[in-house]
Formats: sequence, C-alpha cells, structure tokens
Amino acid sequence: MVAQRLGLGLLVLLAVSLIIFLGVELLPGDLAQAILGQAATPETLAAFRKELRLDLPMHIRYLEWLFNILQGDFGRSLANGREISELIGVRLGNTLFLALFSAVIAVPLSLTLGILAAMYRNSWYDRAVNIVTLSSISFPEFFIAYILIFVFSINLGWLPSLSNVSPETPFWQRIFLLLLPALTLTLVVVAHMMRMTRAAIINLLASPYIEMANLKGMSRARVILHHALPNAWAPIVNVVVINLAYLIVGVVIVEVVFVYPGLGQLIVDSVQKRDIPVVQACSIIFAATYIVLNLTADILSIVTNPRLLHPR
Amino acid sequence: MENSPASKHLLEIRDLRIEGQSGEEWLEIVKGVSLTLDRGQIIGLIGESGAGKSTIGLAAMGFARPGCRISEGEILFDGVDLRGLQRKERRSLRGVRIAYVAQSAAASFNPAHRLIDQFSEIPVEHGISTKSEADADAIDLFTRLKMPFPDIIGLRYPHQVSGGQLQRAMTAMALSCRPDLIIFDEPTTALDVTTQIEVLATIRDIVEQFNTAAVYITHDLAVVAQMADKIIVLRYGEMIEEADTRIMLSDPKEDYTKSLWAVRSFKKTTEPPAPEPVPLLRVEHVTAGYGKELVLKDISFDIHRGQTVAVVGESGSGKSTAARVITGLLPPTQGAVFFDGKALPADYRERSKEQLRQAQMIYQMPDTAVNPRHRIRDIIGRPLSFYLGLSGEKHEQRVRELLNMIELEPDLFIDRYPGELSGGQKQRVCIARALAAEPQFIICDEVTSALDQLVAEGILKLLDRLQREFNLAFMFITHDLATVRAIADRVVVMLRGEIVEQGVKDTVFSPPHHEYTELLLSSVPEMDPDWLDNLLKRRVGSADLGGSDLIR
Repeated sequence: MVAQRLGLGLLVLLAVSLIIFLGVELLPGDLAQAILGQAATPETLAAFRKELRLDLPMHIRYLEWLFNILQGDFGRSLANGREISELIGVRLGNTLFLALFSAVIAVPLSLTLGILAAMYRNSWYDRAVNIVTLSSISFPEFFIAYILIFVFSINLGWLPSLSNVSPETPFWQRIFLLLLPALTLTLVVVAHMMRMTRAAIINLLASPYIEMANLKGMSRARVILHHALPNAWAPIVNVVVINLAYLIVGVVIVEVVFVYPGLGQLIVDSVQKRDIPVVQACSIIFAATYIVLNLTADILSIVTNPRLLHPR
Repeated sequence: MENSPASKHLLEIRDLRIEGQSGEEWLEIVKGVSLTLDRGQIIGLIGESGAGKSTIGLAAMGFARPGCRISEGEILFDGVDLRGLQRKERRSLRGVRIAYVAQSAAASFNPAHRLIDQFSEIPVEHGISTKSEADADAIDLFTRLKMPFPDIIGLRYPHQVSGGQLQRAMTAMALSCRPDLIIFDEPTTALDVTTQIEVLATIRDIVEQFNTAAVYITHDLAVVAQMADKIIVLRYGEMIEEADTRIMLSDPKEDYTKSLWAVRSFKKTTEPPAPEPVPLLRVEHVTAGYGKELVLKDISFDIHRGQTVAVVGESGSGKSTAARVITGLLPPTQGAVFFDGKALPADYRERSKEQLRQAQMIYQMPDTAVNPRHRIRDIIGRPLSFYLGLSGEKHEQRVRELLNMIELEPDLFIDRYPGELSGGQKQRVCIARALAAEPQFIICDEVTSALDQLVAEGILKLLDRLQREFNLAFMFITHDLATVRAIADRVVVMLRGEIVEQGVKDTVFSPPHHEYTELLLSSVPEMDPDWLDNLLKRRVGSADLGGSDLIR
C-alpha cells in the first residue's frame, strides 16, 4: 500500500515537471530576444540561443533539464549567471525556517484549541474560539500582516516590522525577527486545522464505542483523548499537512510584506525579470513539497489506522 | 451519600419519564415506567424498536443519550437517586457498580485499542487496581468465560476477533469491577444462532457465579424466556404488562402481549405449482471468491417458477455471495448460472436489459436501499421507465397500482420521501420497486431481519400473496429458521461456502438431519423457559457437536 502511494507520488511529480516545462515553453516571446533586447543582431541571437541550448528540440531539452535536476543541477540564473541551486539554497532554508517556526506554534495550538472545542462544544469557549479563528481566516493575509505591524511595531514598538535576515543572523535574533510573520501565518492556518480537529472528533462522539467509554465511567478528557482522538487522526493529519504545504508554498505575500528573503520573494523577483530557469526550479520545488507532504499524510493515515496496523 | 431507607431493592425505578428532542420540541418517549430489581435477579425488557427499552436501560445508569433527557421520576440504585448525584459521582458508579453490555460488541469496542487494555481501563481509571492486577484478572475472566487462548486473546484488536468472542470479551469487561448490576442491551441480536447459545449460557453462568443483578433488553421473546426471572412488555414507552416469566409465557393478559406471542404463527399454506422440466434458475457447479479466497465451493441448486427456495446458513457461509453471482455482480471462477435454460453472461455488464429485468433484488436494510432524496414516485417509477419505457400518464398509473399492491394508499404515499416512512413501509417500497420491473425471479436478502416481528410478519404475508398472484420465484436468503419454516418450499443449507444439505422443506426439517442442520435447528431458541437448560444438558451429555468447533 505504502509502496503504491510512493510510486504514485513519483509519477505525479514527473507529470508536474512536464507541465511546468511545457507551461514555460508556451510563454509568448523569445527568451533570447527578451534578454538581449530589440537591438540584438540575428547572429548574436543565434549564438546566444545555441549557448542556452534553445536550438535543440523540446523533448531533448526537457530530458536534459530533468536529468540535471535529478543530479541537483538546476542550471544558472539568466539574471545574474549564478548557480540556481546556490541561489535557492539559502532562500529555501529561510522559507523552511519560517514554515517550521510557524508550524511549531500553529499545529499544537490548533490541535489543542480543536480538542478543547470538541470537549466543551457549544459552550461559550467553543463559540469564542470559532469566531476568532474564523474571522482571522476570513481576512486576507496581507491585511492581518499590516494590522499586526501597526499594533506591535508601530504602536507598541515591541517587534520589528522588517524580517531581513542574513545567513549570519544568530538563531534567537532570527526567531525575534520572524515573530510577526510567524504570527501572521499562524493566524491564517489555525482556523482550518482547529475546525477539522473539532469536527473529526465530534464526528466520532456519536459512535457506540464512545458511548461505551462514557458508560465505563471514563472522564471527559479520557473519552476525547484516549477514545476519540486515536480514531480521528486520518482527517486531522490530512488537513495539518495541507496547511504545512501552504506554509512553505503559500507564503509569497507574507514574505513580500515583511521583506523576508525566502523562496516566495525569489519567485516574484524572477517572474518580473523573466528569469525562466529560476521560476522553473522554484515551481518544481514547490510541487515536490506538496507531493511529499501529501504523501506523508497518506502514509500517516494508513499507518494510524488500527485495522491496517494490526492485520488479522 | 447516605443510604436513604427509601428502597431495599438494588434498583428501583419510579415513574420514569424521558423526553427526546424532535426539532424544537421535546416529546415524551418513556412515559412513566416503574420497576424493581433485587440482587441476583434478571429482569427482561421486551418490545419492538421504538418501545424505549434501551433508553430505560441506559437511564438505569443515570445516562441519557444526546438528544434525550430524563425529565421526571426517580432512579434509586442501592437507595441513592442517580438523578440527584453530581456528574462525577454518577461517573464513579458506571463501570464499577453498574456495567453495560452493548448490542454490537464489534462497534462498541474501540478499534484503536487492544481488548485487554479496554478491559483494564475500568479498574485502573477508577483507581481500583493496578494495570497488572487488572490484566491478570482479565485473563482469569476470559478463562472463566471459556474464551479460546485466554492468555493472549486480550492482546488482539477488536477487528481481529470474531463476533461471538467479542461479545464475551465485552461481558468480561462488564465484570471487571464485579458490578452489582449489568445492563445487557440486546447482547446476542447481532450473533448467529449457534453462537448466541454460547453467549446466553455464558451470561446466565456469570449472573449465577457473581450473584449479579441484570436488566436484559431484547426483542426476542424466546431469548428473554431463557434469561429473565420476570418480564416487562413495553410499547411506545409505556409498560403494557409485567409478570414472572413463566406466568407471562403461559398466561399473557394484554392483547398486545398476546399478539407478540402469536407472531410466529404465520405459515404459508399453498403448495407451489408442480415444477416444470426446465427450472427457472439453475446454479450449476459455481465456484467463486474474492481474490484468492474462495467463498463458494462448487454449489448447485435449482429454483422453479412460483417456488420459494430458502438459503440458510450463518454469517460467512456464502449466502449473499451466491446472490452476487446470480445477479452478475461477482463473476464466478467456475460454473455458470442458467435462466430459463439459457446460460447468463457471468458479468452483469454483458447481460441484456431483458435479462437484468427478469431478476430483481430486495435488500436487508430498506433504509440504505432507497435514495433518501427521491420521492416514492421516483423510486418505484425508475424501473418502469428504465426497463419498460413507460412515461406520462401510464407511468403514474402503474406506480399507483404498485402502491396498491403493497398496501400503501397511493394518495398518501406517492409524494413522500423515504425519511417519512417507517422501516416496514420502506421495505414495502423496495418490494414495489422490485415488482415494477415485472420480474419472474426475486432475490430477498435477509429482507425481514432488520424489522420488528409484527412488521416482518406483514412483509412475509405480502410476499406470499404476491408470489401466488404473479407466480414469482423467490430466493430467500436468511439466517432465521423461523422465517424459513414460514415461507420456504425448498431449503438449501450452507456452511463455509458449501451446500451441506438441500431439499424439500419438510424433508430437511425432519430427521434424520445432516449434523450441521441439526445443530442449526436445535439452536433456535424456543419459548419454553427450560429450553436452554435442557439443550445444554443434552449437548453436554451427547459429547456435544460443539457449535464453535464446527463453525470455526
């Protein structure tokens, strides 16, 4: 089962790489022309095309590109000629750091909030949590970001509004600089995960084994944590993972607002500069992130299913 | 809590009223029930679904299901009114002094935990013993309840254990704190007859061994006759009659009680037409299975026009798989199905519309067999337009005819949704839907087992009448031998995918039997309150066929 999912994941990744490649091919205009400008002579254009290997047929270039990526070689940036892997490396590290930081806050927070909401459903607590998280998810993320900046950086002056880190920034300094973006992202993702946790648990509360646990005199906390939660993992894990993927892939706007040198910033810059190889490389990394994380979710929901875990 | 002198009974319920929420309103679903129960005594609560049996049973633990509330009355357990207790105090009684055994052990055990952990949880969480003490006790109880491999069976997860064993494990779990009172809520309804006997014997045994009092809830009179010292008959939340078991059985006072007692009296009277040379349906040397596992092994039987062939056997015997092969849902690996002398394509996708029309199906659960978003008109009308191409006025006319046939007033029912019908009415709609195709052959898969006895009887009578009117052939899949006696012409007995015996009903049902048929027949509870005792004595005496050995 797991092997099948893995194979499927690889297949999807391959398909995505093809789509990305073709998508970029379909973009109007000529890359060489775009870079060299209108003034370029036909000879220089031809020479430049040859250098970029644009003269080769499409399928050969695709296979070359794919083969190189498999070896970790994403090619060179057209804008500044640097190795893309080098360019992306630092940025990807930054993005992952922010994602991880946000996840460390958001996932436990939303699980706790969701479990408590399920335990005390329809109480004032449940309603309050629902209202707060739902309103935070309803606002666009840049709006939340600016509100937070307005309150914490401008009015209170506690936190920096810019998150410009460099590879030399020490760890705690980095955490401090990232508090606001991480908080913004947390507010954006908590509602989804919290509501799924709550729903997945409440969904099970009508099952006979939950009634049985109650009739065995188990406490409310034990009924929820020991009897409902272990059976609710599959839907929860799936939503958590989708949100993790969002934290890595969907942070473009937050990175721009806080001027944080992550992958999102890079992709925005590269699109503006028509730096096609970088856009391709970023896209394939984003796609891979989604696929790997969803694969993890699939495998986790298989693995947490007692029937599959302990076959007859 | 000090013991008030109000009651010297273990359990005394006075004028209990429970309300259930229906939309905005609260409707009374238990209307003033009173009962008393002493130590070592078993009281049987009996009635059809909706009578409030389970609700009362749960109320005896001070528990009301979500959407229900105990509105009035006293529930005195050992002199203390459960309604007056704090949440926490009530909780400390549950599992410890009052325990519960649920209808479906398969659904009531948590799939995520091992059996022994679910057992030990009660004494450990209530601070009565340590985990290792509780585990040791579990093994002891498993042994006393005669579970196989008592040392290790607790390490299994619920889905790894058979239904009968699970039900015993649940009974063991209820005993974990040696409670004063156990509520048994239809503990054997989901089991096969041969397994049921063992569980019934187990329950009787532990009540005796531990001097536990019990409330035994069931809809099966013959079962309650074996178990209870006294019986309360309930209907629509009201007490109809209360008496000692023997008196209740021999001399019921109320009309409703008498009608319950009389339910099993229906018997088909007409003889089927003489068989034609070519049977309507012939199953010839069929072997089929899922993946590598063979579920049917070389089975053959015939069904003639106007005849009812009952296929009996316990769960897992291959009854429903046989139906799937006949309808083409599961192509057999060997053998073939012939209809009217012609071989049917193995896969339903290769059968013609006409071939499909000739064989229809009625299912066990009418609730899930009809689309809840379709009106009755559309449910019954669909086969009319699909198979027969009827439309407009003719279509409408035919739907009304069919509703009349199943004894539902067309004007009242044609525009309703299934949700507005009772279980029996829904099953009638399913019958009408099958009839709409004007088939010659209908497969009835446990069509009465989800219904109350009175309702089931109505369905059987209806099927019998329709058979005579349209010369229909029925393949009647069931595990209920009472139903078989009532309606079958021929009987096919199945065990583990093989046919062990088949023939005319009277021949199969009169000695000498195949030993498995004998076991099945002798396992069907009878109204005689001494039946279980006598049977157990006989079986021990005759070195026992050992139901489980034969089945496992």
